[in-house]
Formats: sequence, C-alpha cells, structure tokens
Amino acid sequence: MTLRRRALLAGGAAAGLGAVAACSATPSSPEGERPAVVPASFTDIGTGIVPFHGPRQAGVTTEPPAHAAFLSFTLSKGTDRAALGRMLRLLTDDAARLTRGEPALGDTEAELAVHPSRLTVTFGFGPGLYRAAGLKSPVTDLPPFTVDRLEDRWNGGDLLLQICADDALTVTHAQRMLIKDARPFGAIRWVQRGFRRSAGVHPAGFTQRNVLGQLDGTANPRDAAMDTAVWNPDGSTSLVVRRIRAEIETWDLLSVGDKENAVGRRMGSGAPLSGTAEFDEPDFTKLDDTGLPVMPDFSHVARARQTDPRLKILRRPYNYDEAPDAQGRPDSGLVFAAYQADIDRQFLPIQRRLAEKDLLNEWTTPIGSAVFAIPPGCAEGGWIGEPVLA
Amino acid sequence: MPTRTVLVVAAVTCALLAGCGGSPETAAAPAPTQASSAPAAALTVRDPWVKAADTGMTAAFGTLVNETGADVTITGATSPVSPMELHTMAMEDGKMVMKPKEGGFVIKAGATHELGPGGDHLMLMQPSAPIKPGDEVAFTLTLAGGGTVAFTAVAKPFAGAQESYAPGMHGMPLATASAHP
Repeated sequence: MTLRRRALLAGGAAAGLGAVAACSATPSSPEGERPAVVPASFTDIGTGIVPFHGPRQAGVTTEPPAHAAFLSFTLSKGTDRAALGRMLRLLTDDAARLTRGEPALGDTEAELAVHPSRLTVTFGFGPGLYRAAGLKSPVTDLPPFTVDRLEDRWNGGDLLLQICADDALTVTHAQRMLIKDARPFGAIRWVQRGFRRSAGVHPAGFTQRNVLGQLDGTANPRDAAMDTAVWNPDGSTSLVVRRIRAEIETWDLLSVGDKENAVGRRMGSGAPLSGTAEFDEPDFTKLDDTGLPVMPDFSHVARARQTDPRLKILRRPYNYDEAPDAQGRPDSGLVFAAYQADIDRQFLPIQRRLAEKDLLNEWTTPIGSAVFAIPPGCAEGGWIGEPVLA
Repeated sequence: MPTRTVLVVAAVTCALLAGCGGSPETAAAPAPTQASSAPAAALTVRDPWVKAADTGMTAAFGTLVNETGADVTITGATSPVSPMELHTMAMEDGKMVMKPKEGGFVIKAGATHELGPGGDHLMLMQPSAPIKPGDEVAFTLTLAGGGTVAFTAVAKPFAGAQESYAPGMHGMPLATASAHP
C-alpha cells in the first residue's frame, strides 16, 4: 500500500512539475509544496493594514495572517449592560487605532504599534455576555460529543477577542493593550495562541498545513459561497472555537498510506484519494482493485463532506505547539476556529457526523470548546455591539 | 470611537488673538472668512483621555494642537466632575514631582503640546464620584483672553507614571502624597 502510494506520489510530481525532478529524488518530499514560490516582496508585510471599520467585522473572511491569539474573558459580576457599553467603546477604540498602526490611547509601548502587519481584532459575544445585558443570546453552548475530553480551562467565555497579524510581536502588543482595557470588566478565562505559515512562505489562498502534516481547509467555501456560508444579512456571524489536541505520538506510528486513509486525502498534495490535485472533487463511487471505495467511508473527508454552501463552514484554524513534557511528548494541536452563519444549521450536523464516525478521531482529541456570536462591524465613531447594547 | 478632535472655541477667540501678541497677518487673516459661520479653532485637543480612578486625584491627557499663527496660553481648566489644576512635572530634591504650572501652558503658534503621564497634565484634584473605565468626562480649557475650548475625554484604566505629588502643596495630607496621574 505504502509503496504503491509512494509511486503515485512520485508520478504525480513528475507529471505535474517537470522542473522538480531533482527534488522528487527525496522520497519523503511532499508534492504539494514543490513549486518554488517566487518570493513576494517582504517590504509590505509589516505595513499591511486591514480596515477595521465596516458592516462586517474583519478577521473572519480575511485571509488568515500568520499569528493569532484568542482571548476569552469571564465578565465580572458588576459588568452590566451599561458597563458592557463602556468596555466595548474602549476596546473598539483600541482596536481601530492599533489596526491602523497607531498606538492606543494611553499606550505605554507606543513604539510597538507601528507595524500593523495586517492586524485584525474580532469581537465575539458568548452566551454569558447576553445574560449580563439581559438579552437573549443568539448562540448556545454546543451539546456534548462522545469524542470530547473537554477541560474546563479551555471552555466557554463571555467575551472573545480574536487578534491576528503577520507578526507575533504585533499580536503580543495588541493583546497586552486590550487586556489592560478589558480587565476592569472581567477576568481572563483562557488565552490560546496559534500560528500558521509565516507571510511570504505561501502565496495567498494557499491551504494551511496543520501539525499532523495535513492540508487543512481545502474544502473551505470560497468567494460567493463563502459569503453564503458565513454572513447573515445584518453582517453578523458565529464562531466555534475548539481546542483539538493532536495525538502526534500515535500518529507518528502510521504509514503515510494509513494517514491518507484516515483523512481521505494525500498528505503531500491534499488531493482526494480519488483524484490527483487538491481541489479535485472527491469521487466516493470510485473503487480500488479490491472493490473497496478509494475514498474510505470512515475517512475525515467522507464524514465532513458538505457541498451546499448554506451548510458549509469556514475553517480558520491556527496551530498550537506548547512545550513538550519531560518525555518529549508534544503538546500540540489545533485552535480550531469555525465561522458560519448559523451554528445549529451548519456546524452541528458536521460535528455530529464526525463524532459518530471519523477515523481521524483516533488522533485528535477536543479538549476545549466555546461558542460566540460575532456581531456586525461598526462604522467610524460607532462601537462593536452598539446596536444591541446601546 | 474616532480620533477625538474637538473643535469648540468661543466666538471671541479670533478677535482676542490679535491682542495676544500673535503676528498680525496670521492672527487677522482668518477672522473675515470665519466670522459668518463657525469661529476658527484657536486650539484643538487631539486624542484626549483621562485616567480612571475609583477614589482620589487623577489626571487628563491629550495633545493640544495650535493651528493658528499665534501662541495660545491655557490659563485654566474646569470639569463638572472635579476641581481642576494645570500641572507640570519638575525635579525637586532629586526626584520628579508634580506641581501647578505657573503661567499656564503655552502652545506656540503652529505647534503641538503633549499632555501625558510623566509630563504636563490636567489634574482632577477631587473627583466627586468614581471615574470608571469607559466613562466620558467633559472638560473646558480657559484661554488667556477669555476664550474656551471644550472637549470630552474617555476614561482609561492606566497604572503607569506613578509620580509623587510635591509634599505640602495645598495642604495635601501626606497620606495622599502619592498621586497617580
């Protein structure tokens, strides 16, 4: 099996990319990243600005930059609707300034604000925030799934700030500034930091690779389908954040063929096992020499498959990689962030199918879970949440 | 919230500037065109903010921008929430302390003047109620000659620049000698 797939890998690489014959001599070289990407200009990576203001919040359908911090807060008892307004005015003002590459008001490290690096700050409201305001929440916590091994330290939250930028120090500075202004109103519940490939490593739109080596997000909706999947007419959406631990020690024991069967895609190219290129449509009717489906029905792709844009989700995950333990076992995985217009309609059916049967569950363990409504964006002079909280 | 630039100036300002020692051509120039509508802004306050405080003294900051051709002197400040003083920082007995600014703040023609932690600031001597993070606090600056500039500052949680208050000033008890502007 493994040998056959190796042969296919080499053949695919040679056919698609004659120029890389020298590279394919290395048997372990994945074909997906073969073409040498012409280095983009690096001069604008630090200066890139993603507009903060607008009817939809930035940082959702924005091409994900390299670094992210997800900050979840538990509101203090005294944080009522009026206090929420004060908090969100402060945080909105901070976000608007920092994303422009300007220091926040009272910024004690103003010199760290000068490289926005496509900084975005995205606000999410958990069920508890609506409770504190005396309002009905548009989102509810996910039901338990049999695969869950949730740890309370990664669960829930009343307020979420998703901070993303192509520079880790920019994220750090924004995180510090926003926490300073948020903490009179609540306490940190959890912080999850994550990363993807650095800016310039891949061309824009390239599917990210997770710590298990998989291309992650191939099936994401794009263009008009992304709009349909993600946005409500009022500019709102919703976010599910799941911390998914990768069981890398046992994953490492698998052959490439076994890994590919678990996912339903080739490790190198991300192509479905029934096809040759990443974006080929999987063919679940195709049979192999022995009469079995080429795309195993227990594979992740087969279980997660959804073609209707109204039912798809936008995966916007970041990898995490904390310090290994004394035995060298990694603490790595995915800060799985999924955006969709409606969690019940889109996220839950997919998650139920995966929890019920997905071979990849053997090597992935959900250890944290939280849901947030993502309110519409705001115009200059307004603040995030103003229409519901003012 | 956009950058807070507040352009409220008493109508008397333009006329008064001429008498304040500004260069004749710049001080006089805007008056005719502005007279029929809004008065020219002698001074704007950019990015104002005030340090939130549960109790005791606190301070307001921002950038004073003088876009006119004449120097502008701020002689005082008022706020509905507290008695106010204009303060500066000075070296006394080997350490920086804050003290009232003699003669007020002078903002040169076409220049900016930074009010910030560790420097010149507007001191709220005794707020009548807690100034909570995110509160909007109204202030009015008084200019030499009688003009005024009103602005609103947002309250921010801020722990930096813990200057010492010059001991003995205004009979302040030593217990409150460590103000945190």
